[in-house]
Amino acid sequence: MPSTITLPTNPPTLKASAKNLDFYYGDFKALKGINMPVYENKVTALIGPSGCGKSTFLRCFNRMHDLYPGHRYDGSIHLHPDEVDILHKDVDPIEVRMRISMVFQKPNPFPKSIFENVAYGLKVRGERNRTVLEDKVEAALKGAALWNEVKDRLDELAVNLSGGQQQRLCIARGLATDPEIILFDEPTSALDPIATGSIEELIGEIKHKVTILIVTHNMQQAARVSDYTAYMYLGELMEYGETNDIFMKPKRKETEDYITGRFG
Amino acid sequence: MAPDKTLKLRALIRKARRFDILFALLGLMSLSIAILTLAALFVDMAVTGIPRLTPEFFTNFPSRRAAEAGILSSWVGSILVMMVTALCAVPLGIAGAIYLEEYARKNWLTAVIEINITNLAGVPSIIYGLLALGLFVYTFGLGQSILTAGLTLALLILPIVITATREALRSIPQHVREAAYACGASQWQVVNDHLLKYSTPGILTGVIIGMSRAIGETAPIITIGALTFIAFLPPAPGQLNIETGQTAGLFDWLWSPFTVMPIQIFNWTSRPDPRFHENAAAAAFVLVLMTLSMNAIAIWLRYRLRKNIKW
Repeated sequence: MPSTITLPTNPPTLKASAKNLDFYYGDFKALKGINMPVYENKVTALIGPSGCGKSTFLRCFNRMHDLYPGHRYDGSIHLHPDEVDILHKDVDPIEVRMRISMVFQKPNPFPKSIFENVAYGLKVRGERNRTVLEDKVEAALKGAALWNEVKDRLDELAVNLSGGQQQRLCIARGLATDPEIILFDEPTSALDPIATGSIEELIGEIKHKVTILIVTHNMQQAARVSDYTAYMYLGELMEYGETNDIFMKPKRKETEDYITGRFG
Repeated sequence: MAPDKTLKLRALIRKARRFDILFALLGLMSLSIAILTLAALFVDMAVTGIPRLTPEFFTNFPSRRAAEAGILSSWVGSILVMMVTALCAVPLGIAGAIYLEEYARKNWLTAVIEINITNLAGVPSIIYGLLALGLFVYTFGLGQSILTAGLTLALLILPIVITATREALRSIPQHVREAAYACGASQWQVVNDHLLKYSTPGILTGVIIGMSRAIGETAPIITIGALTFIAFLPPAPGQLNIETGQTAGLFDWLWSPFTVMPIQIFNWTSRPDPRFHENAAAAAFVLVLMTLSMNAIAIWLRYRLRKNIKW
């Protein structure tokens, strides 16, 4: 139960911080003046009704919007401790994506072998040594709790795995490159309850190695997996705080209404 | 006894079903007209031509005597021209399609280019022949050579290759691109490591459709001035020329005069002696087999490659 989690006594370290972040799709202002910290080795959940901008916000963190014309960022997201503003136009989006990986809503493995899928990020980073690749793929698959299920068939096509396995494979793909942050965009919305449970368990385990930002539609999920929660509405960050506080004693009426299901 | 409402429903369904049957019959009729015509032509051609299909028919040059005439120069010519066509049209077409689909900004210029490519696919092939005559033969001075013919047919099938490649690229779901980009891939890495591999079956289909069209083209080849009577083969690399005493270079065959299967067929058909018509039928039979086997290879490859691609 979330209420029984004991919070760490020492204050968490800041990993990233959004400052006055505006985002535009063409003329449409999708994000309005967002200020939010992301703490290291913590899970931060973004919740809010459909169209509130939570996915848009998440996709700012790996500059996914750069793939499509008509986007514009204002404001900044700084990574700590090196203080790089990942939204700055002089920062290459590829550099950002090399540091921050992402797991998508629908499991999207490449139509390649299981091994190739996990090794792809490493290959893009210039790793050619077969032994190193094998070691890192194994470590990533173990990290994603998939190793035992696939260790004998690494050469088989990843798309033949079940949905839950595919999503864990995508997590392994994201983990393999030792990212600083992993973004999860509703990672369980296409999965059944059992697969969802295993993904949630996994998130609880990998947060000791990596900072996690997760968008979820599922309030219980946010309560179960996250340390901090941000409630967004119509492109604005309405309330942010420790998950316990947000769920037990929200400061704003809107947050409470959404969380208790009276709205959303 | 069923109630009134059910009876009415049944009558309605019967009426609707009648149209199903009517349409099925109509479709079957149109289909059989097309298939039967094709089959009749093919059988007629096969019956007339097959007796002429001796090994000598493939190894003899054309001759004044119908019984000694063969298709050696034309099948070699067709294959060499096809090689040049494929080597030019495939890389150009794929590169063009990738640029348009993945790199180019979507604006009025790309829209104009897109419409033009679609239109080019419908331009009569004789126009390509005239263009090639002016451009390749006269302006570039490439002569009435295999190179000119290959380039001309490459132009002809370029729109087909581009359109097929674009369709294949478009059918790759966006989430696969996003997955690759999210791994930190550059645009070229996304294209080279993913998009090209996943679109190969579709590209292959386009290439083969284009090649099947090119191998049967006559008009543009005649326009650029292919010869109808050729009693020698293009020089193979390293082959000794007895008259000049020189060995042929690696690419000398590109500059050689040539003939192709459709021209040979056309030439034999236009002769008064009916025995040449048998030769024409035999050559046409071979040409059809060449096209069919190309298609068969494409279907097999596509089936093999598609098995591994799922989203």
